[in-house]
Amino acid sequence: MDLLDIFSDYTVVVVTLGSALLGMVSGLLGTFSVLRRQSLIGDGVSHSALPGVVAAFLITGAKNTAVLLTGALISGLLALLLILTAIKHSKLKFDAALAAVMSSFFGLGTVLLTCAQKLPDSTQAGIHGFIYGQASSMLLRDVVTISVCGIFILAVVLLLWKELKAFVFDRAFAKQLGIPCKRINLILSFLTVLSVIIGIQTVGVVLMSAMLIAPAAAARQWCDKLWEMAALSALFGGISGAAGAVIGALSEGMPTGPSIVITAGIITVLSLLFAPRRGIIYRMMLRRKAGEVHYGHGD
Amino acid sequence: MDMAIEIQLIAALTAAGCAIPGSFLLLRRMSMVSDSITHTILLGIVLAFFMVQDLSSPLLLIGAAAMGPVTVWLTELLVKTRLLSEDSATGIVFPLLFSIAVILITRYAGSAHLDTDSVLLGELVFAPFDRLTVFGVDIGAKGLYLSGGLFLLNVTLLLIFFKELQITSFDPVLAAVLGFSPTLMNYGLMTAASLTAVGAFEAVGSILVTAFMIAPPAAAYLLTEDLKKLPVTAVIIGAASGILGYHTAVFLEVSIAGCMAVWTGIFFMAAFVYNVIKRKRGAAAKC
Repeated sequence: MDLLDIFSDYTVVVVTLGSALLGMVSGLLGTFSVLRRQSLIGDGVSHSALPGVVAAFLITGAKNTAVLLTGALISGLLALLLILTAIKHSKLKFDAALAAVMSSFFGLGTVLLTCAQKLPDSTQAGIHGFIYGQASSMLLRDVVTISVCGIFILAVVLLLWKELKAFVFDRAFAKQLGIPCKRINLILSFLTVLSVIIGIQTVGVVLMSAMLIAPAAAARQWCDKLWEMAALSALFGGISGAAGAVIGALSEGMPTGPSIVITAGIITVLSLLFAPRRGIIYRMMLRRKAGEVHYGHGD
Repeated sequence: MDMAIEIQLIAALTAAGCAIPGSFLLLRRMSMVSDSITHTILLGIVLAFFMVQDLSSPLLLIGAAAMGPVTVWLTELLVKTRLLSEDSATGIVFPLLFSIAVILITRYAGSAHLDTDSVLLGELVFAPFDRLTVFGVDIGAKGLYLSGGLFLLNVTLLLIFFKELQITSFDPVLAAVLGFSPTLMNYGLMTAASLTAVGAFEAVGSILVTAFMIAPPAAAYLLTEDLKKLPVTAVIIGAASGILGYHTAVFLEVSIAGCMAVWTGIFFMAAFVYNVIKRKRGAAAKC
């Protein structure tokens, strides 16, 4: 397919639009995960969603996206609540609780999956799509779902902007201001779970964490203000999503999800290298300059 | 040997073997590294496959095992720039390597039947059919020797390096002063974890390896304060999950590996509840 043909192709336009929107939403929320040093939350939640997806299928017998996503949302939230409870009431750290809970949830998912496979009209395709994502089969309906969730997430983030900002940077200060930190934490977690869940079917379980982290980590290198970082992260996420979808459509046999992740990865590496003030190359030049000045004094 | 007993032994030994490196990953706050390693194994297998073009070659396993330390090295390279925190670096590196593996498979290995599902999910039921024969005599399932060998290797390493692991995990500066390199111990641990993960993925699949590496040590961490008891308790919980998982799976006719992972989760939750009750009692006694 040629680059020009691509944009007259209806499916490609839908997939590109959907992936770009998804990238923007996860980029926006990734900002908070990265700043709170809970980047791996996306990975945990996406793995934990499996039992919910399969249970929803087993209970209703429907393969309707909305039903499966609701199941995913419930089990993702349940896992997250378990993790938060475990770290609150014991000496366990976030990473240990996350790893233990998400992997046993995933185990439960595979158990339920073997039950589902015994049903007469089920296929193996389910788990495959869940792990690797199936961006290329995105429908207009899915784009609408992503847009609705995206607008909802954006609205909540804008509405609670001040509270979120205080909460992310200085929890003690936020408490003094009378901000209900527990509630903010729950809301933020809920939004993150929501964005992960709508992303799973596009890029898959494993790659979802990169969608959340890579754009935010790249954006962090270019700016110091929260709103700048959030906007840039959403932009990077959107670019990665669109570029990955176009690459997937341009070349035969190039999977869309991994293309999106690799684009986001390249943006991150470029940002680490070239960002002004923080970037590796800038710091190297600064050091060299400092060296020259130093020698200059020696004369 | 009876097939059911063979499967149980493999399940118990695999889970117990994972619990040993897992205990130290947990103590070093590197639990999610196990998740990262178990995903990048796929890239190691794919790259080794392109080199040897043979799916049954043992080089595939070596490629897979080498990928663990490479993943950790790449992650630390990013952390060392001081531009990213450790969790962000982990969360960027492994999806990136996994993406490369998926792209390589879909583009170039389509005709080779490189079965990614069996790498990621594994199946224990088939383990007894893969026999190890010496001079034409059947001496047991291959998986039994693999899981048993890795368990023994981990126990041996634990016994030899316990003190070094202890000091480098809690006080890297003291360790460096005393003359053991924390970096060397770190990569040693990563290599052991990676080897164990590779040995385990054939039986239980790479995604569930994380359950066996972290959930039993996390449960043990809540049950005991003693560092020596931690790996021992974790091994017992791991082995018990293996055996209970097998019986549950047979009873319900579902995935064995999945049930084993669910049991590790049940043990973890039980340990958590026990820990909370014990603390509440302790607090009440003080009043």
